[in-house]
Amino acid sequence: MNKEDLKAISSQVRRDIVRMVSAVKSGHPGGSLGCADLLTYLYFEAMNHNASNFTMDALNEDVFFLSNGHISPVWYSVLARKGYFPVSELATFRKISSRLQGHPSTDKNLEGIRMASGSLGQGLSVALGTAQTKKLNKDKSIVYTLHGDGELQEGQIWEAAMYAAANKVDNLIATIDFNGRQIDGDVENVLSLGSLSEKWQAFGWEVLEMDGHNFENIHSTMTEAKNKLGRGKPVVIIMATEMGMGVDFMMGTHKWHGVAPNDEQLSSALSQLKETLGDY
Amino acid sequence: MESIEILGNKDTRSGFGEGLAELGAENENVVALCADLTGSLKMNAFQNAFPERFFQVGIAEANMMGMAAGMTIGGKIPFTGTFANFSTGRVYDQIRQSIAYSQKNVKICASHAGLTLGEDGATHQILEDIGMMRMLPNITVVVPADFNQTKQATKAIADHEGAVYLRFGRPVMPIFIKPDAIFQIGKADLIQEGTDVTIIACGHMVWKSIEAAQLLSAEGISVELINMHTIKPLDEEAILKSVAKTKCVVTAEEHMANGGLGEAVARVLVSNTPYPQEFIAVNDSFGESGKPMDLMEKYGLGAPHIHAAARKAIQRKA
Repeated sequence: MNKEDLKAISSQVRRDIVRMVSAVKSGHPGGSLGCADLLTYLYFEAMNHNASNFTMDALNEDVFFLSNGHISPVWYSVLARKGYFPVSELATFRKISSRLQGHPSTDKNLEGIRMASGSLGQGLSVALGTAQTKKLNKDKSIVYTLHGDGELQEGQIWEAAMYAAANKVDNLIATIDFNGRQIDGDVENVLSLGSLSEKWQAFGWEVLEMDGHNFENIHSTMTEAKNKLGRGKPVVIIMATEMGMGVDFMMGTHKWHGVAPNDEQLSSALSQLKETLGDY
Repeated sequence: MESIEILGNKDTRSGFGEGLAELGAENENVVALCADLTGSLKMNAFQNAFPERFFQVGIAEANMMGMAAGMTIGGKIPFTGTFANFSTGRVYDQIRQSIAYSQKNVKICASHAGLTLGEDGATHQILEDIGMMRMLPNITVVVPADFNQTKQATKAIADHEGAVYLRFGRPVMPIFIKPDAIFQIGKADLIQEGTDVTIIACGHMVWKSIEAAQLLSAEGISVELINMHTIKPLDEEAILKSVAKTKCVVTAEEHMANGGLGEAVARVLVSNTPYPQEFIAVNDSFGESGKPMDLMEKYGLGAPHIHAAARKAIQRKA
């Protein structure tokens, strides 16, 4: 898929995100907008997966885990746009009896979701488990994860990081959404991550850096990441993003982490995002 | 009372170890994870026989629980092994989100539960784990009574689809369940029939209750003794059938009164046919260092305590 096609999809995904959170006046648009390009790339380009016949066991399929579950809107939109479930279901997000819970869950059998997330820091461990099972099953597929940068403040992440390198879990690509912001402000001020790249290197990982809003760079970095698999080291991509990307008034601040736009703000946001695949 | 035959003396954790090793040979989807307590959990036999299916995670229990959850995706049946304290309290949120809420087929196997862990003291003697686990939706809670039953339960939970908390312990205790007994999750064992009082116990307290029943029998009191090895789902039918006859109950557990077996039984009684109930359990207190059986006596979990509770329950009838 060429860059323009991917851009068109991610524009629609961004429209879906702001419409979903605006409709229920709750949810997390900032990080969702920031990761729209990555998830579009993964599901429409990188991953080997079967949207029309979802199975929990994902035998011989690549698997994606969203560890920072609060950016569920971007995941739901991408899953729906790829065909996992009807696009019309996006309208039920966060409403009572919906399969699209505020944070992703498995209990309502939403196709595409294999693990609940929301309480932060757990997704890397889960991914390691699935990666190890794939090895036992002689399944050559790849396990992908996405984590927030603020999420790296959770200790469990580093338990998992230590395990992965020590045990050569080399069928895993973890991506960090490095937008530098969390609920209370800039990550640097809330609890600095220090030298992030050096931390992962010290833990024994292959570390790549990526521009999360440039499809050419995403493609080349992901290709490089895949090429590094199978060589005894797990791979992490530190992905530079802008929280709120695509909506001017949501960018440059942490304030849209978990706040929904009002009707006027929604109009403004939608005027900046081209409708390419038809709104739900 | 009829005498209950002692078949030997072993620790329940060894029953887990033997059961796990047999499972490894019988089911290639069974995998085991351990957080630096392989010897204490008796997981060495599995580790030695199936090294490619054994995952040493180090002292990192949160990661272990998350990994176990992830390993189910692709069809593995993970058994995690560490002390009960580190299997529950330390990782409650990991179990809650990644295992229970996510409906994962993980078997959380917990040794050194309760006071009988002994000399290591209160930091390790968890008395709240049954309560924590039975509060979570989608988790079955099993507390087998002796070595044989722990082995049988270990094997039975592998065939059960869904998360299980399996609780066992460290001390060497009498074996009284037959090696060929059929273990059925959710179906209580009737150890002895009686008419004056029902004693409902789990884990090591089943043996303590057998001792108490012998004391009571010598006094002419007929005890019905139920081994409630599954705390959740609770065998309500067995409870109601028994109390219809005896009309009073003693519950006995090596656990805090808050949230444990006794409260689970009490709920069944008050929702159906309220009868007097006495609770043998730790009363809102941490444990301490000491020899296992000395601690059981000090914290009110000895056979004499059960004996006294049974007499009191009988007295409260009428």
